[in-house]
Amino acid sequence: MIRFKIEKRKPLPGWAKIVIPIAAIMVTLILSAIPILIAGGHLWKSYFYLFYGALGTRFNLLETFVKASPLLMTGLAVAFAFRAKFWNIGAEGQLLAGALVATVLGVSMGGFPHALVLPIIIIAGFLAGGIWASIPAILKTKLKVDDVVSTLLLNYVMIHIMGALLFGPLQQPGSSWPRSSAIVEAACYPILMTRSRFHMGILIALLAVFVIWFINKKTTFGYQSKAVGVNVRAAHFGGINTTSVILWTALISGGLAGLAGVGELCAIQYRLIMDISPGYGYSGIVIAMLGNLHPVGVLFSSLFFSVIIVGAQTMSRMTGVPTYIAEVIQGMALMVMLIFLLFTEYKLRMVRKS
Amino acid sequence: MGDTQTPVVRMSGITKHFLDVTANKDITFHLYPGEICALLGENGAGKTTLMNILFGYYTCDEGEIFIKGEKANLSAPKDAISRGVGMIHQHFALVPSHTVLEIIIIGADSGRGIFLDFKTARQEILQFQERFGLKIDPDARVWTLSVGEQQKVEILKALYRDVDILIMDEPTAVLAPSETEELFKTLRSLVEEGRSVVFISHKLNEVMDISDRIVVLRAGRVVAERNTAETNTRELANLMVGRDLLESIEKKTLEPGQPVLEIIDLGAVDDKNLPAITNLNLVVRQNEILGMAGISGNGQTELCEIIFGMRAPTDGIIKVGNSPLKFGSPASAIKLRMGRIPEDRIGTGLMMDLSVEENMILENHTSSDFHRYGLMKSKKIRQFSDDLISAYSITTAGRDAATKSLSGGNLQKVMLARELSGGPAVIVASQPTRGLDVGAMEYIHQRILKERERGAGILLISEDLDEIFALSDRIVVIYEGKIMGEASGAEASREQIGLWMSGVEK
Repeated sequence: MIRFKIEKRKPLPGWAKIVIPIAAIMVTLILSAIPILIAGGHLWKSYFYLFYGALGTRFNLLETFVKASPLLMTGLAVAFAFRAKFWNIGAEGQLLAGALVATVLGVSMGGFPHALVLPIIIIAGFLAGGIWASIPAILKTKLKVDDVVSTLLLNYVMIHIMGALLFGPLQQPGSSWPRSSAIVEAACYPILMTRSRFHMGILIALLAVFVIWFINKKTTFGYQSKAVGVNVRAAHFGGINTTSVILWTALISGGLAGLAGVGELCAIQYRLIMDISPGYGYSGIVIAMLGNLHPVGVLFSSLFFSVIIVGAQTMSRMTGVPTYIAEVIQGMALMVMLIFLLFTEYKLRMVRKS
Repeated sequence: MGDTQTPVVRMSGITKHFLDVTANKDITFHLYPGEICALLGENGAGKTTLMNILFGYYTCDEGEIFIKGEKANLSAPKDAISRGVGMIHQHFALVPSHTVLEIIIIGADSGRGIFLDFKTARQEILQFQERFGLKIDPDARVWTLSVGEQQKVEILKALYRDVDILIMDEPTAVLAPSETEELFKTLRSLVEEGRSVVFISHKLNEVMDISDRIVVLRAGRVVAERNTAETNTRELANLMVGRDLLESIEKKTLEPGQPVLEIIDLGAVDDKNLPAITNLNLVVRQNEILGMAGISGNGQTELCEIIFGMRAPTDGIIKVGNSPLKFGSPASAIKLRMGRIPEDRIGTGLMMDLSVEENMILENHTSSDFHRYGLMKSKKIRQFSDDLISAYSITTAGRDAATKSLSGGNLQKVMLARELSGGPAVIVASQPTRGLDVGAMEYIHQRILKERERGAGILLISEDLDEIFALSDRIVVIYEGKIMGEASGAEASREQIGLWMSGVEK
């Protein structure tokens, strides 16, 4: 009889950090062949158009970055919170909070000096997301309310606040749809490349990757946040004010998600609509996990996601495989990655038994 | 205990690896009917691993096991139990809300299909109690039982499952002296009926008292086998350690100075809101080690948490130096220059998933030496950790190595290095050598003595009486959250301390 046992393995060398994600993506693509074939697609053609559609033309390539920017922001938001074991499932609601505040300001700031409008909107959007995220953080630290539940439920609270405002005071005069008026010109993110939607929010997201990396790696706060995540009791024992660390972590995490909302509003939609986010906040969780909670990992996993999302459009048009396949591939990628990560710490051993 | 008898357990050529560590190497072990065989060895010598293999908890990489003449392939404890092998681990895992009777019969085959036969079971258990002196109320709930009583439940559980080969892993570690006596009586009555007992221990006197035969393990190998009647503690100690133990620790005579830690009228409750400490008063002075003896669970944990700033008491004040400690604030204890060695170094003291360096700077990463405007001065931090690693001769792959890769002794050295690096005025160490091997233990004792010479006042909380006697200038005993008595280290008698530990006032 042959049995398998799971055993702890010795730490892997440094190159594994690069090889493992690549291997995981290869395996994902191999496994994704199954649903593509079932959907009646031609395999090589489907994969060709998937990547061609995302990377093959200048417009599509830039569009992939456009799609990646909110995913990158929410991915960073979740990764930063998870690192401190603040289980922020609420990036969706924090994104909406950011978009909502940006709308209120963007619609009404016509009379302001132009140079001030965007900085104010960005700061306010960051704070809106951050404050929304700090509510569950306060509940967690003061009343021991479970953060998974409270962050998740606050998403629905925010969706309905937004709905109420869009059918009420924020509704565009004369419109019967739940949508706001357009924001003023000065509130729009500049487009950085002609004949595309490549906007300033993408730069902000890339800057955020660096800032989060810098906080994590170089600052006392990054150290404290990591310590709280690894062992909150030991961090407390060591004199760290764990309550304040969790609060600040939540504020920054929610702020990043809020900025994702500002970007979608000020660079893509220009007005608030109910479906401003197709679940970017939830995708952020998957992206953060796929990126192993590291900012650079999150950068690559958000790019991978947006390649799949953007490419699936072309694939669907050219081969008839439905775009839903994109979500199947995303889910598959996460599972494969989690399994691969498990095997960085454990190995299977075959035991022969008589 | 004749060698002429056929052994009831025969293990031969047993080898077991964990990653790079060889826990057992080519071990041959026999157990005869009607004997108490002691497995003696330091922590990490491989005693528990060997018995876990016999109990089916681990599978061995090489080797064969015969139980009652039959070759046994054990892949789970249930295989071992069905062959009559039972093991009682150091830490019991009894469901607190169950009654003794329920605990004993759940999981055992009561012969009535899916229904539990409480009536027959009760009679059977009462009969066991009679025969082996395991007095305990079958209807008592587990959470109301003391540790010693829980151990009795475990023994009854094993007997109810027809176990005739009983393995006890360091059973006396959690017991008061009087409870140990009772346990020994029970074990003797068990072997009189032809059962066999394996008694795992690293305490020499105890092994001499209870066993018929002693097998000594060192570094995963059997180094000697002796009939108890033909050996003595000195020989056993040498066999166990592989060299002569330091006869006694050298301690300079020092005059105690100013009080550095004063605990005044302290009262506290535990997590269940039951009184844990009542009206406790203590003073620790410079150049002095105050040893606090006591069986664990008598308020030491709560006391430490309060002194460490992690728990607020209901009454009383604590003064460190001359300043009051701010309760519930570990930062206050750190600021008052207290070195703190918690009993639970893995859960409370260290962050196992972080590097050695990150653990070293936990308490002073906010000092101006290590940061400017919130940016860490990584060069200085590296220098600081490298210095500590070499000053405390910590065996590690380097300051960036994951803390969880270190051995128990080195973990404790990291703990000490961090806590002593600031030259603390007062040191509170709880069970500082628990679970460590003799080498690491000696090192830590030397360090504590050095701190005493430097001028620190030390509160040493320990269950290990040898440690208390070897180091303390004064000894107090804690029992049910109260100080039972105080004696000077030079004059205290073990009998007196033992009585206080079991709550006898005199």
